[in-house]
Amino acid sequence: MSNVPYQEALALHDPTSYWTKYVFSQDHKWIAIQYTVTAVAVGMVALVMSWLMRLQLGFPGAFSFIDPSTYYQLVTMHGMIMVIYLLTAIFLGGFGNFLIPLMVGARDMVFPFVNMLSYWAYFLSVLVLMASLLVPGGPTGAGWTMYPPQAILPGTPGSGAGIVLMLVSLVLFIVAATMGGLNYVVTVLQARTRGMTMMRLPLSVWGILMATVLALLAFPALFVGAVMTLFDRLLGSSFFMPAVISMGKHLDYAGGSPILFQHIFWFFGHPEVYIVALPAFGIVSDLISVHSRKNIFGYRIMVWAIVIIGVLSFVVWAHHMYVSGMNPYFGFFFATTTLIIAVPTAIKVYNWVLTLWRGDIHLTVPMLFSIGFVSSFTIGGLTGLFLGNVTIDLPLSDTYFVVAHFHMVMGVSPILVVFGGIYHWYPKITGRMLNDTWGKIHFWFTFLGTYAIYFPMHYLGFVGMPRRYHAYDGYEFIPESAQDLNAFITISALMVGVAQFIFLYNLYWSYRNGRVAGPNPWNAASLEWQTPQTPPVHGNWGPKLPTVYRWPYDYSVPGADQDFIPQTQPPGSAFGMPGHTDGVPLPEGGKA
Amino acid sequence: MAIAIVLILLVIGSVVFHFWSPWWITPLASNWSEMDDTLMITFWVSGAVFIAINLFMAYAVIRFRHKTGRKAHYEPENKKLEWWLTILTTIGVVIMLAPGLIVYNDFVHAPDGASVIEVLGKQWQWGYRFPGSDGILGNSEPRFVDFTNPFGLDPDDPNAQDDVVVASGELHLPINKPIQILLRSKDVLHDFYVPHFRAKMDAVPGAISSFWFTPTRLGKFDSACAEYCGVGHHTMRSFVIVDEPADFEQWLSAQPTFSQSVAKTPAGGAGESAAKGLEVAQKQGCLGCHSVDGTASTGPTWKNLYGKTETLENGNTVVVDEAYLKEAITTPNASVVKGFAPIMPPYQLSEEDLKALVDYTRSLSESDGQASGGGSGLVETGRAIAQQQGCLGCHSIDGSPGTGPTWKGLFGKQEKLADGSTIVVDEAFLKESVSNPSATVIEGFSPIMPPYQLTPDQLDSLVAYTKSLGAGAE
Repeated sequence: MSNVPYQEALALHDPTSYWTKYVFSQDHKWIAIQYTVTAVAVGMVALVMSWLMRLQLGFPGAFSFIDPSTYYQLVTMHGMIMVIYLLTAIFLGGFGNFLIPLMVGARDMVFPFVNMLSYWAYFLSVLVLMASLLVPGGPTGAGWTMYPPQAILPGTPGSGAGIVLMLVSLVLFIVAATMGGLNYVVTVLQARTRGMTMMRLPLSVWGILMATVLALLAFPALFVGAVMTLFDRLLGSSFFMPAVISMGKHLDYAGGSPILFQHIFWFFGHPEVYIVALPAFGIVSDLISVHSRKNIFGYRIMVWAIVIIGVLSFVVWAHHMYVSGMNPYFGFFFATTTLIIAVPTAIKVYNWVLTLWRGDIHLTVPMLFSIGFVSSFTIGGLTGLFLGNVTIDLPLSDTYFVVAHFHMVMGVSPILVVFGGIYHWYPKITGRMLNDTWGKIHFWFTFLGTYAIYFPMHYLGFVGMPRRYHAYDGYEFIPESAQDLNAFITISALMVGVAQFIFLYNLYWSYRNGRVAGPNPWNAASLEWQTPQTPPVHGNWGPKLPTVYRWPYDYSVPGADQDFIPQTQPPGSAFGMPGHTDGVPLPEGGKA
Repeated sequence: MAIAIVLILLVIGSVVFHFWSPWWITPLASNWSEMDDTLMITFWVSGAVFIAINLFMAYAVIRFRHKTGRKAHYEPENKKLEWWLTILTTIGVVIMLAPGLIVYNDFVHAPDGASVIEVLGKQWQWGYRFPGSDGILGNSEPRFVDFTNPFGLDPDDPNAQDDVVVASGELHLPINKPIQILLRSKDVLHDFYVPHFRAKMDAVPGAISSFWFTPTRLGKFDSACAEYCGVGHHTMRSFVIVDEPADFEQWLSAQPTFSQSVAKTPAGGAGESAAKGLEVAQKQGCLGCHSVDGTASTGPTWKNLYGKTETLENGNTVVVDEAYLKEAITTPNASVVKGFAPIMPPYQLSEEDLKALVDYTRSLSESDGQASGGGSGLVETGRAIAQQQGCLGCHSIDGSPGTGPTWKGLFGKQEKLADGSTIVVDEAFLKESVSNPSATVIEGFSPIMPPYQLTPDQLDSLVAYTKSLGAGAE
């Protein structure tokens, strides 16, 4: 696209009316906002659902409308919305859409019309999902993993219309993610501006690119799993259904395998963890680098760690199935691959903290969220070593240890990066800064609150408390004091939830009243901060595309005037480092 | 700066919490102490890394936070440091993984001579089966499962006859003897989980899974379901009782074998042959097309069929009697009732089964029913409905505990409801609790029963059946 003349490129998707500018927009920046707003809105529904669940667990029976059916429906919808419709959508559809063209120096995504369709398919999937809240029998209560046979049998709430709408919604979501994903990958590979080599891409782009590749390869597995389950549910096929006697009735299914579904689901489901985590890894790397005025430590190994983690994420899926009844010998293989993945992941953590080391650390709101992320992700990553190691998983699987682990690693950690990223890029999106004081209040409540929720929850897992229980009456191995801890966790969860409304209000308030930001309030070197206008206008770059001369991490370069050198600054024209023209950082011995 | 102090306090707080916490791994009662050891290795290695990373970060923030004039050090990479960190991490991972794989190798190889016990899951109850004196578990198949044979054992398999079946209640195990658990499920995924034993495994319908352990401590231990299995998941609990071998043998010998349990099954209000007829009808799938309560279906309803005059497809009229019924079963297309499609396949049944079927059909006819004052016909229908609708999956009829209240002696009994009020179980209460169960939950039971939409006739039959199981007997 960089070769297409400016006017010609824009004319194809230039907005000509209110509808094409604000509703059926083909501008990646507006689509990013549409994705983000929708994802946040549906995420707030899931947040309220988590409150209701926690009220039942913290104060059992106090709220009689949260009966077992409702409870399991809340658990299911909370999980599915948070993982798919919030986190996946906001990282790829939100951050991916906004950042990729701006960071690689493109005028837009290469397929703007498909990009627009992607959002509207996503919107439709959300509508179908929300519709399932209104049908007779309510939404499905099958758990976000939707394991058959239970998911489609009457012993599970929402096994009528609820599960059908859930599966249809997922199919629509995958259509949306595929249309968006093709765009992201092709744009990164084909529409980089002059000088923007792959090894000069910010790690945000690397993280989103690899996550998108994972999404394109993993979501088809969920797609077929959902369609096959729909066939079993509606047409009486038996892909996943053996001969069963449900509620005393012999059903007409025979010969299917419930474990087959689990393999298909987790072949998607494990890469899904990294679909959420890799963009977070990438974005947080950039935040830490900018706000400690220091290049990201070990850029090349950070890129390779993202690639290696992405590849390995396809050969670890059965660690979710150690006690599923699959062939037990698989355990040796999957435990080994799973613990191997810990090595590149640990390297990423080391490099984040080593970036802080000898930096010039500005404790801005994005930096606070980044530090919070490293701390929570360390816990979430380390507890993964428990569950990935098959022997330790035998006692801990299906307990609250698992709940604490996955919330830390793919709930709290990525969402802290989402917040950090929004505080960081809001000035580019709107031209105004978010309010700092409210930002800090939001951070402290969220960081400390989630710690209070999930750190002690690991200990309930050690006790052996099973997850997905509406109530724990009469289980003698659970000490009564566990109830007190559950009440404490519930109160923490309510407070964290309230803090999110502060954030939403800040987004609204600052849009009108925030301090005017200027083009580059953080003095960042990467390309998105070098646009001729802020917010960037349609086409991003004006008549001439930028040319890139260096990597995006030239901070505090010895001899330079300022503590950052924009990617667009030619070498020799000012203080650019000689030897940087190929974008590969100087080796250790290469500097004075 | 605040963030650095908070990180340090979080580390201190977490360590204090760990040592103060009253919540820790449940005391072990099996041989799997090595699982706990593996857990502890990972716990301390990862705990040390957690402390190190957070304190390093806090120190970096304190030492290198922004001050006017500070400039960051420019160092794109440091190969030597990165290699060292990679090697150290790899060593740490090996230290955690290697013992795990060694213990897992023990876990996947059940010792020779382990006692094999089957655990059968269904929504939302556990059942147990011991191989009996021949030491062999008999064959089982879902198609054999019915009310009298909850384990689905093959009635013709000699190995199954002496199998000891414990359809509900507690599981007893002998101490210090390796136990290999074989898991089956009748409906959805379950997971047999005894926290004190550590090891657990899913029960998968259509497959048999297994795991093993050796109980090492006498006592009574919670067992639970650890794989989400629907709305009653959290109520699917029981106990495992670890006995001295002599006590265990005594308990085991008091449990019925398969052949005994089939023989003692009550025949309900009708004759034994009619009861058998119901079994045949279920096994052969007759009730898939023929209702027993008057509702329209693919084939004519059996309610009041016997003795009725029917017009056939060829215009002739017949009175439905024993001869006609037998012919309609063995050569159906010769005698199709007008208005029904000629789609029924011929069934080759033994004379005994045919007779039983006829007797059952007969028990459903009005004349029989009226004669005994709303008795056997209605009762039999109620019994059939209870089985078809799956009521008996949760409600026992012999007084044994289940997910829902037993029906034995339920009618006329005084019950306390979950909302504190007291009621007498009468016809109106029963009918309401079928069609709107959450409004009338008896204290001590979970509100998990789905509502059932039944016709008034069907409700009458169910009530009659419940009545027949004894009124206010307890």
